[in-house]
Amino acid sequence: MEREVLSRLLADRAAGRTVVLAKNLKSGANKLLYPFDKAEKSELLHAAREAALADKSTSMLDNAGGTWFLQVFNPGLRMILIGAVHISQPLARMAAMTGYAVTVIDPRRAFATEARFPGVTVTTEWPDEAMAKLAPNRRTAIVALTHDPKIDDPALVAALKSEAFYIGALGSKKTHAKRHDRMIANGFDEGTIGRIKGPVGLPIGARSPAEIAVAVLAEVVKTLHESEVEKVPA
Amino acid sequence: MNESLAAAADDVLARAHEWREAGRKVALATVVTTWGSSPRPVGSLLAVDTESQFVGSVSGGCIEGAVIREAMDVIEDGKPRLLDFGVTDTQAWDVGLACGGKIQVFVERLD
Repeated sequence: MEREVLSRLLADRAAGRTVVLAKNLKSGANKLLYPFDKAEKSELLHAAREAALADKSTSMLDNAGGTWFLQVFNPGLRMILIGAVHISQPLARMAAMTGYAVTVIDPRRAFATEARFPGVTVTTEWPDEAMAKLAPNRRTAIVALTHDPKIDDPALVAALKSEAFYIGALGSKKTHAKRHDRMIANGFDEGTIGRIKGPVGLPIGARSPAEIAVAVLAEVVKTLHESEVEKVPA
Repeated sequence: MNESLAAAADDVLARAHEWREAGRKVALATVVTTWGSSPRPVGSLLAVDTESQFVGSVSGGCIEGAVIREAMDVIEDGKPRLLDFGVTDTQAWDVGLACGGKIQVFVERLD
């Protein structure tokens, strides 16, 4: 491997960019592929994109040039929780165990304390400011949990403008319908609003905060692994 | 990539880069295929220099020695090699597994 390939790979990792290292097992050639940044089309890039979207670590491709070993370097998974509420406590812990770097946003200082969320980043900024700084990407899940449009909505607006792979919002069907109307008023179309999962979580009959956290996290995991593989053009 | 595997890979690659920048000769080994129960997943990395100092792991111990020996030749002639290993039941037992597996490791020089 050329030293400059390795330097670039490390720089990409540091910058939080998805990069795929393609290694030709016959010639020893190494290439870096950017599955989401470039419009360039090739068999190799397509395979890289599929692997990256499916959250696979590695993949193999045989073509005329030989056998290529693809190693996916995805940026770390993140979860942003809007609302330092009851459900956020178990959800933050479970998500951290599942490999997510968790940030809790809640401008209400009484809720958003380090003591209630040990080991989690807590911010009391308003969601629009906090979200602008966090810059969610396609490896980010966002869950709005406050029930309060003043707090949830600005976060959801930022979420819908981002490439976050999962956007969920707590609330009944009725609450979700009202939220839908507010998002229309914010200028989003049906398709975009459809990205918000609501009622949030897989239907497992969850009642307690911890059970709801299980339902939400299960839906996040499902969404991550289902991804959009089938939507990738050949 | 699985988070812990990614973190481990970052670590090995960063070290390999550091060594190379310091003028040391370095080879990089990557697990590219596994069959059966192999101790380390595909994508696991090991970097080694000519003093046989290494970081990372391709098998949890049973084939590291052989990979490092081959890596010396790779550093010498610059030709990458694809190595096949069968982890025998005895070897597998030694690293804490009850059954065997097979591993393919690609070794290349860091130029």
